[in-house]
Formats: sequence, structure tokens, C-alpha cells
Amino acid sequence: MSILEVSGLSRSFGGLRAVDGVGFDAEPNRVTAVIGPNGAGKTTLFNLIAGSLAPDSGRVVFDGSDITGLKPYRVARKGIARTFQAIRLSERMTALENVMLGRHVRSRAGFPSGMLAAPWTRGEERSIREEAMKAIELLGIADYRDRETGGLPFGIQRSVELARAIASEPRLLLLDEPASGLNIRETRALAGLIALIRARGITILVVEHDMSLVMDVSDEIVVLNFGRKIAQGNPRDIQANREVIDIYLGEEDA
Amino acid sequence: MAGLKRYLPVLACALCAFLAPPLLAATKTAYLLTQLTMSAYYALASLGLCALMGYAGQISLGQAGFFAIGGYASSFISKVDLSPFASGGFVKFLGFSGLLVRGADAYGKAVLSISPWVACLCAVLLAAGIAAFIGTPVLRLKGHYLAMATLGFGIIIERIVRGTQGLGGADGLSGVPPLPILPGLAVTGERAARAANFTIAWLVLALGLLALVNLVGSRAGRALRALRDGEEAAGATGIDTSRYKLNVFVIGAVYAAVAGVLLTHYNGSIGPGEANFAKSVRYVAIVAVGGMANLSGTLVAGLVLNFLSLRGVFGRFDDAVFGIILVLVMVFAPAGKERGLQVFRRRKGAGG
Repeated sequence: MSILEVSGLSRSFGGLRAVDGVGFDAEPNRVTAVIGPNGAGKTTLFNLIAGSLAPDSGRVVFDGSDITGLKPYRVARKGIARTFQAIRLSERMTALENVMLGRHVRSRAGFPSGMLAAPWTRGEERSIREEAMKAIELLGIADYRDRETGGLPFGIQRSVELARAIASEPRLLLLDEPASGLNIRETRALAGLIALIRARGITILVVEHDMSLVMDVSDEIVVLNFGRKIAQGNPRDIQANREVIDIYLGEEDA
Repeated sequence: MAGLKRYLPVLACALCAFLAPPLLAATKTAYLLTQLTMSAYYALASLGLCALMGYAGQISLGQAGFFAIGGYASSFISKVDLSPFASGGFVKFLGFSGLLVRGADAYGKAVLSISPWVACLCAVLLAAGIAAFIGTPVLRLKGHYLAMATLGFGIIIERIVRGTQGLGGADGLSGVPPLPILPGLAVTGERAARAANFTIAWLVLALGLLALVNLVGSRAGRALRALRDGEEAAGATGIDTSRYKLNVFVIGAVYAAVAGVLLTHYNGSIGPGEANFAKSVRYVAIVAVGGMANLSGTLVAGLVLNFLSLRGVFGRFDDAVFGIILVLVMVFAPAGKERGLQVFRRRKGAGG
């Protein structure tokens, strides 16, 4: 039983079919990667799943419920967390506060109880903090927790973003080009983190450019070109796939 | 950890509420109490804007509009003479519920009016309702467009109160009754109640500040700061950004309306000048000087600048001074307009 079923998903911008009838399933507890050359429609596909864009047609089913076209905050509440290609943190909040935001979907206190500092929110606030600390420690960034994230190194910011995502205890984690902007060492560390997150029973869908990372962490790979799915399989099959080799070699020749 | 330090300004306000009157009396400067009372109410309206603008990042150039809605609505409702309708069912019902007050107008004619408390409550609810109504479409806008839309709202309110006969036109409403709080204690400008009214105003200010200090440190407050720093990322963490923006917009309006209600009952009058665009700019300037996401900075700036203005220190250039202050903050504030003056930030702690 797949946790995420994408079928016939399409989205055009003007005359351009950025994503054209793409369908695939993501198996629970696996890392599924979407790859493809620049402009293949990876990020569009990603945004269609995360709710940042509405599809022209097609369906996205998560854990048996149709989430097609839901707003991002509703998608998040279903148990899907995401990171962004260009890191998006609250720069003027500390690392810990950023990660505490990840607990938003797992907590309830609203405006009235917040303004009154109602006693019944204290337990919840404590558990938000504790769970956030767990995520921070898991990603090994405890040293930075009280620093505003705006001034942190890029790799650490990426980890804060990941910690925020996993603090929400998602069932599915969407990673949008997590290696972009990272150096080789940071990318290798990222592969370790992805394995760690997967080991916690979180299904991962990653859109990525960095081939070595993808081959390293993925169980299943979906290849896009010009908005269409041209191949799907495990890393070994994909590396042996004639069409995929042509695309990538072609790109490198250019 | 950050713990109790953030409550210091609240404590300071509450202490001032009780300590300042005897202190000023002892130094024979009790005449300052009037302006200090009024400053507290203006500062309260600024605090509401600080939550909206500083913490949630949504600018509003209509804060004076909500202040005026509160003040005008409460005056109007508490001044309506119901004696011609005394036999009507609804008026009778109000009478049974103890919500009517018998009094006499300036010519000694008996009048039957609604309790100022009902008027006050209706006024605040009206402001909240209007904020919720216009907030839904307006808060979809961002940046300049949001500024223009709220500016338009402020101008509409000013034109309405200035142009409506029943609201006194250019003269505004006067003869607004006191708002009784306890037996022998009322929000009123009577000289005998001057010290007590200072205490009331500063306690209300302390309470208003307390609620916002709580809010910004809470789950909802974190969500507001997150949406200020990036709505897409906030949405991806499950925050319903439109709802949060609307909530804080309504809270900002309620703060302005409460301030407007209390100041109007204190002064016994309100004029269209309170709804003026220049007043809205003044609130924005105060939040900017205070350091945007800085409640204590806004508090200090709101108290000091309004006090100086009410004392006439800025003379005929009153509005111009606030305009200049705003321009200077925008140009010279380190790290851009968001950070406000670092001087205030360092000294007063508590940032966002």
C-alpha cells in the first residue's frame, strides 16, 4: 500500500507544459527521488504535491485521502512536512524557536489562551519545547539552538530546516533540492541525516540535482524530462537506463 | 529562561500607576497627570499596532480609524436619549436589565440613556466587527498595497465622522458621560478624579501590555513572527496565515478602540481629528521608533512622544515632527526599518 499516489498530474504555464501527466507511487518507509535535468518540471511537480501550486488535472492521494489542490497549511496538517530549495527560516527567530514552529500542527493553543498565558497552555508549551529539542539533538545542532538563524552557516540552516520538518512528526517528508548550496562535506552529512530520518519511519520524497546524493540515499527513482516521466526504478536500473544516460550525457556534452 | 524579565515593563507600568500620583503631588507637578493619562491611552493604541505591524509584519495606516470608531460609537450610544421610546419593548427590557441610566441634559430636561458600559462594549465590538469585515479582503494584500488599502479605510472613517451631522460634524461629540467603574470611581476628566484616572489608565495600559507580552511569547505569537518572516514557509508548517493575520488585525483594532473609548469618556468629547490620517502616521512612527517588533520600545516611545506632543513641545509642527521621526527611522535605522532604532533595542531588551 503506497503512502503517496500521484496520478496524471499536469500543470501548464502559458503554453509550456511544465508537468505533463506524471504519475508514480511512493512506498512507505522508503526514499523516493525525483530527478531530471534543469527545467524538467521537478520543482513544479514538488509544488503540486505540497499544495503551493494547484494542478490543471490529475490527483494526489496521501494515505488514502485526496489532497489535490489543498492549501499548503492543510497539506501540512495531513502529516506532510517540507523543506525549501532556498532555505526558508525565520531569520530573526532562534534555531530553537524555528524548530518549535514545526510543532505547530501538533499543538492547539490559540490567541485567547496565548494572551492570558492560560495555565493549561503551560504543559503544551513545555512539550513543544521538549519535542523541538529532541529534533535539534537528533540533527546535532544543539550548540546553535539559541542563535538567530539569520547568522548561521548554510549547512546548519539546512539542518534547522530539517529539524523543523521532522519536529512535526510527519508521515511524509518532502525535500526540495536539499543539497543545493551545500559543499561536498555538507552534502555527505546530509545523506547521513536523510538515512537517519528514514530510519525513524518517515517516508521521504526528494527532488534533487545532485546525482551522487540521489544514488546514495534513494530506494526508488523517478526520472522526468520535459515534464514527462521517462523512467522509474531502483538506482541500479536507472543508472543502466539508456534514455536516462542519454539525457544526462547530452546535458553534460552541452 | 527568558522568563520573567520580559514582564518587567508590565510591572513598571503597574507601579507607575500607583506611585506617580503621590510623587507628582509631592513635587507640585500634579498638573502633568492629565497629559500622562492621555499618553497612556494613545500608547495603548500603539501597542495594538505593534502586535500587528512589528510582530506580524502587516502595516496598517488605519489605526486612528479604529480609535475613532471606538470613541465615536461609545459617545454616540451613551448620549442617545431613549425617553421618547420609553414605552417600547426593547427599552423596557434594557430598563429591567439595569442597563439604562436616568439623567438630565444641559437644559435640565430628563433623559433616559443607555449605560455607558453597554455603549463601551458595543463600541469595541463594532470596531472588532469592522476590522474582521474589512480585514478579510484587505489582508490578502501585501506591502504597499496593504498600506494603501488601510490608508483608504482611515480616510473613509475620517470623512464619515466629519460629514455626519449626528456625529457632530467638524465639532465632534461632547458632553460624553463618565464611565463608572466602581462606586465613586469613574473614567472622567473631573479634577477630583485626576489621580484615580491616571491610575486607571496606566493599569489598563499595563494589562494591555501584559496580554501582548504573553501573546508574542506563545504558540500564536511564534506563528505570527513566522508569517512575518515568510508566509510560504509559515504555511508549510501548518499555520493558517490568513486566519492569523485576521486575528491580529482584529486585536490591533480592539486595542485602538478600547483606547478610543476610554480617552473619549475621560475627555468627555471626541473630534474628527482623532480619525485623521496624521494620527495614523503617528501610531506608525511610534512603533517604528520603538523598534517594530518591540513592545517595550513601543510603550516608551508611545508614552514619551505623546506626552511631549500633548505638552505642546512640538508646537505648531506637531504632525510634522512625527512625519520627520518616521522618515528618520526609515532612513537611518540599522538593519532596515524592521529593526528600528538599535538604541532602544539594546536598552530595552525583548526583541522579536
